[in-house]
Amino acid sequence: MVNLGFSIGDLHFKNPVLTASGTFGYGSEFDDFLDVSRLGGIVVKGTTIEPREGNLYPRMAETASGMLNTVGLQNKGIDYFEKNIYPRISGYDTNIIVNINGSYIDDYVALAERINKLEKIPAIELNISCPNVKMGGMAFGTNLDSAREVTRAVRAVYAKKLIVKLSPNVTNVVDFARVVEEEGADSISLINTLLGMSVDVEKMRPALSTITGGLSGPAIKPIALRMVWQVAKAVRIPVIGMGGIMTTSDALEFFLAGASAVQIGTASFIDPQAPVKILEGIENYLIKKGFFDIKEIIGYINRTT
Amino acid sequence: MAKRIEDLKVVGNKRLTNDFFVLELSGNDKIPDFKPGQFAQVRVDGSPETFLRRPISIHDVDYERNTFKLLIQIAGKGTGALSKLRNGDFLNLIYPLGNSFGLPVENERVLLVGGGCGVAPLLFLGKYLKSNGCIPDILLGFRNSERIIEFEEYLKIGNVFLTTEDGSKGENGYVTNHSILLTGRYNRIYCCGPDSMMKVIAGYCKKNNIACEVSLENLMACGIGACLCCIVDTIKGNLCTCIDGPVFNINELKW
Repeated sequence: MVNLGFSIGDLHFKNPVLTASGTFGYGSEFDDFLDVSRLGGIVVKGTTIEPREGNLYPRMAETASGMLNTVGLQNKGIDYFEKNIYPRISGYDTNIIVNINGSYIDDYVALAERINKLEKIPAIELNISCPNVKMGGMAFGTNLDSAREVTRAVRAVYAKKLIVKLSPNVTNVVDFARVVEEEGADSISLINTLLGMSVDVEKMRPALSTITGGLSGPAIKPIALRMVWQVAKAVRIPVIGMGGIMTTSDALEFFLAGASAVQIGTASFIDPQAPVKILEGIENYLIKKGFFDIKEIIGYINRTT
Repeated sequence: MAKRIEDLKVVGNKRLTNDFFVLELSGNDKIPDFKPGQFAQVRVDGSPETFLRRPISIHDVDYERNTFKLLIQIAGKGTGALSKLRNGDFLNLIYPLGNSFGLPVENERVLLVGGGCGVAPLLFLGKYLKSNGCIPDILLGFRNSERIIEFEEYLKIGNVFLTTEDGSKGENGYVTNHSILLTGRYNRIYCCGPDSMMKVIAGYCKKNNIACEVSLENLMACGIGACLCCIVDTIKGNLCTCIDGPVFNINELKW
């Protein structure tokens, strides 16, 4: 048997395949297609203090090997999550991670305090990288001082595992990784979407209601991989890689470049079974290559080059 | 009803006009009990330019042959690739998705209104209504007589009224101007077509106190309520076209 488990501090994940926030709902949307409990973890939809209606339609545009979205953190708020969603999903035998968002540092702190009390949520993903909101989001993740401040403030009130999700829309992502590690983050996930846009030539107007949106899918994978490689070399905490992973081979690239785990995002829109297929593929690859533990291949390319 | 993801065999690909064709797909297992208004998310070919699935209405169902049909308009590269499929090819579908049209109340006089590609879900709906004891009238609009599709199929269900934009067949103009709408004989209208058309029909129904459901065709990525891209503004806030629709009562919509 191959050991696929990985840990963030003392939090154990049965395997390193997680689903990315905003691409997997709350898990139950996928119940007809796979057993959510087989996954290492699910990162549920970005959650805010107050309910948010999100951005106007159209919110999506297909692009070459990818898509743009501008959902704008539509969610029903933390009260609704606690009362209606948490009881429904806490039965899954996997690590459920809540992605939290705010316009102000106080919002992030308040959310972290609330979620700290939820027994079945062992970690939060601090989203300082959403490109589709007017206030907060990416603004925190593209300024080193803000990234430091919000991580520090949340760390002060949140006792469980703190994952910080970084934006690729910066000059040097490693600076941000170092800052959040210094402030006590337990793990780093990257990348969020790249800011992009698309124009409808027939209608002669922007394809998205907000003009710009977040690019995801295989189009961004080489950039994501480069950033994960850079960050994994620069920090001691585990790095969770994502960005355009569609296949087992894509996921393996991230492990070989230094990721301790991966998140599957846009792939789930095209194949809702993608996370489980990728998980099975990783296991088969390790067996074929004669490895006993996935840890043996993490950062492997750095040893041979 | 459980959603499925399956590779289904193409057992028919019939070109109707320059830009419309009907794909017939054969179930591996017994096909599900489809409800009228539901759709499938169709995987195209994995080429970079057709990255996402295409949402396509269930057009017709044949439980005896264990097949169902998709009526597709060639609108771009994805649907263009689908038009080239041959018998024996396989197509990956996630289905059946979405809600369905509500059944009429007893003795209601029902009209189906479709424009262009919007006729797609109405054939199965018409047959479904007929098998449930309701024979609807059907009003279809096309650009010109050459673009009329499946007229004979609809004739098997009930009376069919036509409009063409150039007057080459049926009444001249849009479905929204057809004279049968002036008769006031309908209690319920089911409508599918371009938004602009459905909005006029919805306005007519509201004014005349006619029950009305419309089937929307918003852009979507996942089709299963995860991506939140296909939202429609309703009195209950933003709802997903894919799981809360595609069929909406016009009183729910902020039209």
